[in-house]
Amino acid sequence: MVPLSYYLVLSGFLFVCGVLGFLIKRNIITIFMSIELMLNGVNLSFVAFAAQWHSLSGQIFVFFVMVVAAAEAAVGLAIIIAVYRTRETLNVDQVNLLKL
Amino acid sequence: MTPNPYLWLIPILPLAGAAINGFFGRQSSKRAITAVALTFCGAAFAVALFIAFRFSSEAAPYYFDLAHWLRSGDFHVDFSFYLDQLSLVMMLVVTGVGFLIHIYSVGYMWDDDGYYRFMAYMNLFMFFMLTLVLAKNYLMMFIGWEGVGLASYLLIGFWFLKDSAASAGKKAFIVNRIGDFGFLIALFLMIKHFGTLDFPALFAKIQPLGVETAGAGLLTAIGLLLMVGAAGKSAQIPLYVWLPDAMEGPTPVSALIHAATMVTAGVYMVARSHVIFERAPSALTVVAIIGTLTAIFAATIGIAQTDIKKVLAYSTVSQLGYMFMACGVGAFSAGIFHLMTHAFFKGLLFLAAGSVIHGVGGEQDMRKMGGLRRYMPITFITMGIGTLAIAGIPGLAGFFSKDEILWKAYSQGSWVYWLIGVITAFITSFYMFRLMYMTFGGDYRGGSEHYEHSHNSHGHGHGDAHGHDAHGHGEPHESPWVMLAPLVILAFLSVVGGWIGIGGRFEHFLAPVFQSAPAAELAHETGGEGANQFTEKLLMGVSILAAFGGWFFAYLLYSSKPQLPARIARALGGLYEAVAHKYYIDELYAVLFVKPLIDGSTEILWHGVDQGVIDATVNNSAVAAREVSDEVRHMQSGNLRSYAGWVAAGGACVIAYMVWMGIR
Repeated sequence: MVPLSYYLVLSGFLFVCGVLGFLIKRNIITIFMSIELMLNGVNLSFVAFAAQWHSLSGQIFVFFVMVVAAAEAAVGLAIIIAVYRTRETLNVDQVNLLKL
Repeated sequence: MTPNPYLWLIPILPLAGAAINGFFGRQSSKRAITAVALTFCGAAFAVALFIAFRFSSEAAPYYFDLAHWLRSGDFHVDFSFYLDQLSLVMMLVVTGVGFLIHIYSVGYMWDDDGYYRFMAYMNLFMFFMLTLVLAKNYLMMFIGWEGVGLASYLLIGFWFLKDSAASAGKKAFIVNRIGDFGFLIALFLMIKHFGTLDFPALFAKIQPLGVETAGAGLLTAIGLLLMVGAAGKSAQIPLYVWLPDAMEGPTPVSALIHAATMVTAGVYMVARSHVIFERAPSALTVVAIIGTLTAIFAATIGIAQTDIKKVLAYSTVSQLGYMFMACGVGAFSAGIFHLMTHAFFKGLLFLAAGSVIHGVGGEQDMRKMGGLRRYMPITFITMGIGTLAIAGIPGLAGFFSKDEILWKAYSQGSWVYWLIGVITAFITSFYMFRLMYMTFGGDYRGGSEHYEHSHNSHGHGHGDAHGHDAHGHGEPHESPWVMLAPLVILAFLSVVGGWIGIGGRFEHFLAPVFQSAPAAELAHETGGEGANQFTEKLLMGVSILAAFGGWFFAYLLYSSKPQLPARIARALGGLYEAVAHKYYIDELYAVLFVKPLIDGSTEILWHGVDQGVIDATVNNSAVAAREVSDEVRHMQSGNLRSYAGWVAAGGACVIAYMVWMGIR
């Protein structure tokens, strides 16, 4: 049996990758994928804990997160396409019309 | 105690007049303003007369409760009025003399731009003065007390565009504030220890208390504090300095407020509080000493003044000193008697002085007058009567009241009071006749070119008694009858006003008010009446001698040998200078009180506390907030990913903290 700490370290690594990607990258698709990475890092720790404590609620939570992530991906990709059609760029720093 | 439903009308009527003129006077014609002012003031006088005719000593005191005012536990104060023999005298003096001066003002102020304002203020003054006089409790009295101070301030500074008038008004108000502070503390002490300010209830509670012979006690403290208030309002040492400056106001104001009525409020208040003072002999002694000192002090200053109104102002201070001297030896009725006669003859003197100033076109310096008896005979005669009355020439009002005071000062006080009183009487007679000779005797010293000069330098052309004839002032001229009629009436009163005191009738009339004197006092008064008859006649002779002596000296110096005063002044040198400069009291006060106050306020309170602490706190916190924000605002770059970075960093901090806590 793989110890819990391994899962948690991997989960933390994935989450930190997501955070760094979100902070560093300018491409909106990459940022979007970084968010997914963070979500999945969290999902991993959920299922790891669920396996450890033999509790189903962690796994159920993961399904909820997946559902929300799927919905978010649908909406988010739609927005990205809309933005690309009007602005012809994927660089978030150039999508700043709402900034003062 | 009898209810009298008309009492409240007396103060309210002038208030109505003041309100009408104050609110609508600007649009009204001068005739309408005059009609309103005189009607309401005259109506108050009429009601006062009506009440006086129905006054009976059996039914007195009368009272009328108009409305509740304060209710706080056991303590309550009402808007209620009170009329006994004492307030009856005051009421008649205030309404009567006040009405005459209102009539006079019509002539005197007619050409002033602020005519409606003047009339409104005058009526307002009448309201407050009558409230003061007719109050049934000390708090009502205090309303009137403060109100007359307000009216006095407004009227002294009536020509507020003139700097000296504005500051004179301020000076009067501030000096009075010191006195009012004492009065207020006295009221607090009464509330604390007796739980009431109502005259009958309060005096009933004090009545059974013994005389505080040994040292000081509560009643002595109250008495002294009341005297502080009285010294402020009635211009006694050390607070008299505002009254001479108050002559900046129009002359009718000087006559009404600063001679006849308001300044006597202190005397009235002390007389009204006689129950307290009789049980606090040390406070009473202080009253007598202050009164005596003020009498002679102010009189000596009056000798060397050249401004006709300043002479009368110092004379007023001096005469008020007499009244306090009388109160101080327990002869309250003598003080009130002098108050009444003084209201007649000093009101008359001021109005006559106003008529003179009017006649010579705004000049107040007596050195530029002279010979006016030919130009204005009626003013001359009436002012002469006033002078005879104040000097104490037998047969006129001042003689009876002053003699009464001097006799009481001797018999109930000490020969020292009497001696100083007689010397003061001599000086009074001297400076008053000096005024007469300088003003009416000799030849006219103010030519027309002279007039123009003085007119401009004094700045009185603004309104003081001038301007009703646009063609200028070549010759002095007699005033119109609207001004002369009050003079004649007051001159008549100055002659006969004293006769009601013959045979102790006035004292007998006031006796019910003052009969609560402790037993010792009464025994003193009744004992040895016959043996003192001779002494009384002797002392009367001496004071008559003093009056004529002063006249003679004034005649000698200012009529027969006019070069003599200058030589005497030179011979006296520094002493004359000191007297002419009012003993440098104003300068002394400036050094002792005003300058430290201004410096302290500037250096400590303004630069130190206000700028250094209060402003600095506010300003520095604002600066600190701005500087911190200057730094911190870089966090809000508008760059979304940097926000996310902050969130991540914050999250990392929280996690680190939790991990660290978990490890520990």
